[in-house]
Amino acid sequence: MDTKSTSLSRLFSARPVLRRTFFRVAGATAASSALVLAGCDKEDETPEVTPEQAFTLGTGDTGLLNYVYLLEQLEAAFYDKVVATPPADMPSTELAYFTDIRDHEVIHREFFKFALGTSAIGTAVFNFSSFTLTTRAGVLAAAQTLEDLGVAAYNGAGKLFTDPVYLGIAGKIASVEARHAALVRDLVQPNSFATADVVVNDGSALDGLDAAKTPAQVIAVVNTFLNITISAASLPA
Amino acid sequence: MNIFQIISEIEKVDPEVYDRLDSRRSIFKHMSGMGKTLAAAAVPMAFGAVLNKAYAQTSMAPGVNDVLNFALKLEYLEAAFYNQGLGAMGATATAVQTALRAGFSATNLAALEKIRNDETAHVAFLRTALGTNAIDAPAANTFDFTGGKGGTPGPFATVFTAPATFLAVAQALEDTGVRAYKGGAPYLASNKDVLTAALNIHSVEARHASRIRTMRRAGAMNNAASQTAAAGTDRSASPKSWVSGNDGGGPAPAQTAPVYAMGAAPAYTPAVITFPGEENVTQGGVNLQTALSSLNFPAAAFSEAFDEALPVPVVSDIARTFVITGSTFI
Repeated sequence: MDTKSTSLSRLFSARPVLRRTFFRVAGATAASSALVLAGCDKEDETPEVTPEQAFTLGTGDTGLLNYVYLLEQLEAAFYDKVVATPPADMPSTELAYFTDIRDHEVIHREFFKFALGTSAIGTAVFNFSSFTLTTRAGVLAAAQTLEDLGVAAYNGAGKLFTDPVYLGIAGKIASVEARHAALVRDLVQPNSFATADVVVNDGSALDGLDAAKTPAQVIAVVNTFLNITISAASLPA
Repeated sequence: MNIFQIISEIEKVDPEVYDRLDSRRSIFKHMSGMGKTLAAAAVPMAFGAVLNKAYAQTSMAPGVNDVLNFALKLEYLEAAFYNQGLGAMGATATAVQTALRAGFSATNLAALEKIRNDETAHVAFLRTALGTNAIDAPAANTFDFTGGKGGTPGPFATVFTAPATFLAVAQALEDTGVRAYKGGAPYLASNKDVLTAALNIHSVEARHASRIRTMRRAGAMNNAASQTAAAGTDRSASPKSWVSGNDGGGPAPAQTAPVYAMGAAPAYTPAVITFPGEENVTQGGVNLQTALSSLNFPAAAFSEAFDEALPVPVVSDIARTFVITGSTFI
């Protein structure tokens, strides 16, 4: 018990520092209610990850909205970076597409910020060093990864929302992400818009269907672009 | 005959009569038009038709099987389109099919065959999911993709001879499919696995639609996905890979405008679900174009960022463009 209290007090004392790194100051109050440090909600379990670094996104529909908000933050940050400093070998026609897509992703991000209001998580800082953003090929490969991730994330999140309005919103955005994905894929490799790595084509009953990923699967990928660790444990599954 | 007295009488047994009638304002418009042209004696009959329609369609929200069977009908329609135009998977192409296929670059033809195969796979998936509840495939002559409804070839007379017409119809069908699955999704929520499967088909339809649009923008013989549509270009002729505004009514505005327009909500629709046109910029009650004006994004971006749903009756009307007169298939 002593160990537990020590551990908890350590967690809570660590929190303000972390909030400053991950959240805007204005969002600090909201952050304390929307975010719970992993391990605090279940007293008997030792957190699997270093407690100081684990954040959750909230529960229920609010948690899911923060989840897709985080995903849109990731996509918007990526395209913002590409449009601001495009690779030298990217033709202007393709940059025009990327500017369109950047606009869409920023609008998605800002929409969820509106929808979440005071429950919104703060602004995350992403690290894209695993991508090669100095070449057209590197940018296209990165965009393909993120767009396919987005499609699979919305497809997987749809059934988890309890409010039909949010299911509707997920659908409205999912198809736009899929349209992006198809174009980006065709820029990478002609006719890869629906190849077997995304749309099942193995002679099974699921032929012709896109992928769906759980929040845990998607967050695991998102975490690779973050200097902190987000936990999907509080989200519906 | 006092119509309003009749409505008042109906109201005694059905307090929702005004809602039922009001949700079909188009019918009332239709009726007021008739009042001017029809003899008074015909009015009671017309009024009866209005009531029949109002009550017949305001039954219950569709169940899971209803939604899946409706999706299956659309997939039959789409699969038949590609099969008739290009030849079915593994079949020897007819002379007409061979001629059409020659109008596409090898890369574009491969894309169309991939789309054809996916639509056939969707039919198979939905039939398996529905089991014995699956409706049968319609007779081959149920569809008329010229839009002539089985009579004189219609507005798409060259659908299977001119690549541009084929792609125009393909875009309309794929974009309709995307909106239809979105409209059906809320009624699948009781079965999570089925809902996810439907969403997984929905996004594939969007990938298809994007590919077809890319192809229309560049031309049937041009493989370049990077072919852009110049600013201010008519989006009906040279679309973006995503829906921009209402795309000027789509590839053939006289026929395809409803594919991109708003849809009247059936009476069973929960109040929180609406069917705005693709040009919509208000999401969750927030006009994003206004709220985010400081971003200085082009106006079109706010509609492009979100696709919109369509309800079953509107999708049915669109699909009937390609169904012969007298068929009750859709």
